[in-house]
Amino acid sequence: MRKVYMVSGGITKFVKASPEKNFQLMVKDAFDYAMKDVPKLNKDMIDGCVASYFSDHFARQLMAGIMVQDYLGLCPKPGKRIEGGGATGGLCFQSAYEAVASGRMEVCVAYGFETMSHVETWKGNEFIALASDTNYDYPVGGFYSGYYAMMVVRHMHEFGTTREQLAKVSIKNHRNAYYNPYSQKRMKITVKDVLNSEMVAWPLTRLDICTMSDGAAVCILASEKMAEKLTDKPVLITGVGTGTDAMRMADRPHGNVMLLPHEKASDYKNLKYPGVHSFRAGRAAAKQAYEMAKITNPLKELDVIELHDAYTSSEVQTYEDLGLCKYGEGGKFVEEGYPFLPDIDYGLNLPKQGVLPVNPSGGLIACGHPVGATGLMQAVFMHWQVQGSIKKHFGDDKLQVKNAKRGLIHSHAGTGTYVTATIMERGF
Amino acid sequence: MANGENKKSPKLEETMEGNILYNLDPIIMKYHYEIDYIHSYAQDSPFFAGLVKGKIMGTRCDKCNYGYATPKTHCMQCGSPTKWVEVPLEGKVHTWTTCYFGGEAFLKETPFNLVLVEFEGFDSLFLSRLIGAEQKDIKVGMKVQARFRRKSKFDPTDVYFVPA
Repeated sequence: MRKVYMVSGGITKFVKASPEKNFQLMVKDAFDYAMKDVPKLNKDMIDGCVASYFSDHFARQLMAGIMVQDYLGLCPKPGKRIEGGGATGGLCFQSAYEAVASGRMEVCVAYGFETMSHVETWKGNEFIALASDTNYDYPVGGFYSGYYAMMVVRHMHEFGTTREQLAKVSIKNHRNAYYNPYSQKRMKITVKDVLNSEMVAWPLTRLDICTMSDGAAVCILASEKMAEKLTDKPVLITGVGTGTDAMRMADRPHGNVMLLPHEKASDYKNLKYPGVHSFRAGRAAAKQAYEMAKITNPLKELDVIELHDAYTSSEVQTYEDLGLCKYGEGGKFVEEGYPFLPDIDYGLNLPKQGVLPVNPSGGLIACGHPVGATGLMQAVFMHWQVQGSIKKHFGDDKLQVKNAKRGLIHSHAGTGTYVTATIMERGF
Repeated sequence: MANGENKKSPKLEETMEGNILYNLDPIIMKYHYEIDYIHSYAQDSPFFAGLVKGKIMGTRCDKCNYGYATPKTHCMQCGSPTKWVEVPLEGKVHTWTTCYFGGEAFLKETPFNLVLVEFEGFDSLFLSRLIGAEQKDIKVGMKVQARFRRKSKFDPTDVYFVPA
């Protein structure tokens, strides 16, 4: 396979509702931003596109992808749509990677969007719950927050994870968002605020859960030859991994942990895995990406992570899937401060503050989750982190992880059915 | 009659069926969409038929003996066909939550409890509602007993659980 670089990215600010712009125009805004960032690139040099959006129900439109591609003026070039629930963006990014790696394209545009404001919030929750088995799961009380709540209740039972530990993820991500002009929920909050916020599904409150949003994001990927021509700050994609698991949580096996190089089978003697407490797909994705990027100790070898924190609980579970700590230690990992940024005052005592910043952007919790755009948003933020260009794009370098050379992005679909992990490194 | 009076200019029929507008700039309006599906439970039909008879029908793999408390008609482990078997009507709470919100269709039922139930001799779990217990009463590992609706809906809510 050929080397693949990300050369540019753009996003719209995610908002609760964007009735003044339709999905074509939102993507166009993000696309124009990305094109402006690499002035040597013109449309003739683009070989094709991959579209990312999750729901035909939200779009009220089939084949919305082609409507974006024609709006961008990129017909009759190749194009297709990728769909995989919450991981749609991550899968789309990897599909664009494949197009360039295989030699089919020199330059490929991955674009994503979602227009979730087109229905009321609780109808939206119903649509999302249709991404669970509609024979067996949805009719019982289809509600994603309920599904994730059940997963974290088992995590708490298995490992002693606490609500206070989950709350610290919320504090971190809302606080980081202060310095990200693209975020929509900037809050200085305490553990108490999170615990006392309105209960949605025990133990998850409103402040543990991301917001449905409207928004778009665009990533431009290129071959080595084109990357050299287009930018002096290309970001090399050194690892891609994708994992899957059964749609019904009831069907998840209770077997052995899929070990990473720094773990031993004896670490998990009595653990039945993944059950419903962990995301096997996340571990599988990470394992492949690490092998490809030759990472053996992710905590030491990664500088920054943007991961799919649709729930504070899933961020904690994902620390473990990614092997930043052992299974069961995710709660302690956040409590001790590892995933916080080093130079921000969170109002917490964090002895290990800033070891490996996770979601410096504020993540889904603070930026929002317009599903098809989300995984690409992470790639855009990571692109800027690894380029060292956060100040240029945010107008402030508070969130710039110093000397960030290698980062991981992680995209995750419904209860851990599809998960992608992608490693991005400085290519200059 | 004069010639000119016979000529009618073509016109679209006017109706009273206008749209509901919420805003003018940009124009935001209500758009209604509804559909009835012709849905088949296909090879899973014995499960839903079983609920009507007060049984939870699961499956078991002929070859590797993996037990599915929520049926799979082929084994996810080895790919062999499975046979229909009865799941015990008593199990334990594997995990649970109390939902205070829900998808629109379920909002009126809140708060409600969801449980994944584990059964002796079965490898996979079963998603259901737990009735007759509040958030503070529910624990992982507590024993629960299946009950069935008298008026079946032919969906998985025909069975629910209560504390044993």
